[in-house]
Amino acid sequence: MTVRSGEDASGVRRAAIGVLPFLVALLFASVLILLVGENPIEAFRLILRGSLGSPDKLSDTIMVWVPLTLAAAGLVVTFSAGLWNIGVEGQIVLGAIGAALIAREVSAPAWILVPLTLIFGIIFGIGWALLAGVLKTKGKVNEIFGGLGLDFVATGLTLYLIIGPWARPGIASTSGTEPFPEDALLPAVGDTRFSPLAVVLTILAVLGVWLLLRGTRFGLKLKAVGRNPTSAYLLGIPTNRYILGAFAICGGLAGLAGAIQATGFHQKLVPSVSGGYGFLGILVVLLAGFRAIWVAPISAFFAIVMVGSISLTLRLDIDSAIGGVLTGILVLFALMAAGIRDYRQRTKAREAPPPEPEPDPVETPGSVS
Amino acid sequence: MEATLATIVAAAAPLMFASIGETISEKSGVINLSLEGSLMLSALAGFVLAFETNNTWIGFLAAAAVGAVFATIVAFGSITLQLNQVAVGFVLAILGIALSSFLGSGYTGKPGGDVAVPPWDVPLLSEIPIVGPVLFSHNVVVYASLIVVVLAWLFMYYTRPGLSLQGVGERPEAAHSRGVPVNGLRYLYTIVGGALVGIGGAAFSLDAKLGWSFLHTRNFGWIALAIVIFGGWHPIRVAIGVLLFGFLQWLALDLQDVFPDLTQVLPIMPFVLMILALVLVNADWLRDWADRHPRWGNLIRGDAPSAIGTSFSAE
Repeated sequence: MTVRSGEDASGVRRAAIGVLPFLVALLFASVLILLVGENPIEAFRLILRGSLGSPDKLSDTIMVWVPLTLAAAGLVVTFSAGLWNIGVEGQIVLGAIGAALIAREVSAPAWILVPLTLIFGIIFGIGWALLAGVLKTKGKVNEIFGGLGLDFVATGLTLYLIIGPWARPGIASTSGTEPFPEDALLPAVGDTRFSPLAVVLTILAVLGVWLLLRGTRFGLKLKAVGRNPTSAYLLGIPTNRYILGAFAICGGLAGLAGAIQATGFHQKLVPSVSGGYGFLGILVVLLAGFRAIWVAPISAFFAIVMVGSISLTLRLDIDSAIGGVLTGILVLFALMAAGIRDYRQRTKAREAPPPEPEPDPVETPGSVS
Repeated sequence: MEATLATIVAAAAPLMFASIGETISEKSGVINLSLEGSLMLSALAGFVLAFETNNTWIGFLAAAAVGAVFATIVAFGSITLQLNQVAVGFVLAILGIALSSFLGSGYTGKPGGDVAVPPWDVPLLSEIPIVGPVLFSHNVVVYASLIVVVLAWLFMYYTRPGLSLQGVGERPEAAHSRGVPVNGLRYLYTIVGGALVGIGGAAFSLDAKLGWSFLHTRNFGWIALAIVIFGGWHPIRVAIGVLLFGFLQWLALDLQDVFPDLTQVLPIMPFVLMILALVLVNADWLRDWADRHPRWGNLIRGDAPSAIGTSFSAE
């Protein structure tokens, strides 16, 4: 797929393309809510109240925003290099395992232990991502399927640890390990889960990725690799090294997300520790048009919808999956709207014989071939 | 032994439909990455429609329709709009999972005994020792899953339309210059493949794993995608992959008491095998060997259709 840079589309039409999928998604969700016999307006109000309405809810929403944004920021880097890093889920999981390893095995004061858990989360995430990277560069295994496989291996590893070596004494249960010791937990404000440190790290990560891709030689070359690996290689860019670099950055940020999930949110290792934020992060980046700066607000919207729809279930007879339906439809229609716009431009260009100068087509990351 | 093999064959039916459906679609050049979502939503649609109408086969029709609709969206997005196939499929996968959870919450745990596919032994054939109980003492859905494999194989490699199917996936330009409607055929086979995936979904909820539960077909869509690659886009090898996966699953259950830790590890084995298979088929030394020994080489070779994941436009 090609994304036109869009200078020729008027501002109004571009805004319409952004808003239209949003309205379609709201409409679709409203119809579903009406079908189960509830009031959509009331439901949307409850979603907002359930995610932002109290300090507790707000801190939960922020702590969903953190890992989602971290994963999405990392994915912007791999997408820029033309990679579909579906293995991001596994990288989050390995980050959680790395953090859990330190939290369980090392005893030290909190000011040492907390940074150490995060650093190990990052290292484990990088390692798992580099595995997918090496499979691609050395083994010629497409990163989508290599990554998908590694996701399952990571989940299997977590389950094995939870019911095997790290099982709670006496109970073989998949509900999780023993809670981590107090000193290993991410410091939080009051009784909430809100961790200012995690938020600061996330903001730094987004800014870092934005700067990397916008203002550095590395970022420029990375994007060259993403757009056309062959010509980048012929121009003397060591393609494989850049691919591995992109994997490492994404894996590190995903690993950090996993470490924060484990030590900040669950406070133990659980089978579903990734929270699905890796796959959701891919949707965020698709909706953000692969731009780092948009990742933060879109993740915030996703986090509000996700957390809000959980409390929706408690009040109305609506399944919390409505949040996933809403965001899924939103991304699908955004993709389709962009596709239809490009399709119209292509057919118009074909019908009008004197061809206008084509705007630079920007290859979207990841044609699979 | 017989009983074990029979269990594996019966349990493999849903995955057989889904994997063969995906093979057909990918063979034409279109990756339908939505499988995880379309399989789950079609399983739900199959059960709900069968339950409400008290007719099993209406359930299967509904499921096939859901699979076909998902495939049509993938085809429209990737063929007509020339969007990235992976992007459209991935979003649909996530959306299908969410939709099935949302729409299915009222059907969790509803008894499906009345609409289960009834058992039917094939007359005479089921009397044959060993082969009879393993292959011919199931129900029509299981038989159909095996017939689909053979039909897909014969169609792809021994008929003229089958050659066109391979042509649009391997060398669309050449096929186009010979007058083959590349994008039309891609639409057709993607939708046919999607309908088969949908039937696979109903084979779960109306037979192999009767009823509906939260994330009823969890991970089977991803597994089907992995098996298509493991099977090198060849229907017979894909079927062997499905049976191998079934064997590993059975092993995991059977060894549960002996090695409790193993039960968590064995279900991920298909993915490890898939990665190893991918590394192997791409390894230079093995490719050299396959080139030098074409008779055996072609058996292990597993190249993706050359034009997979790309869009085609005539000019």
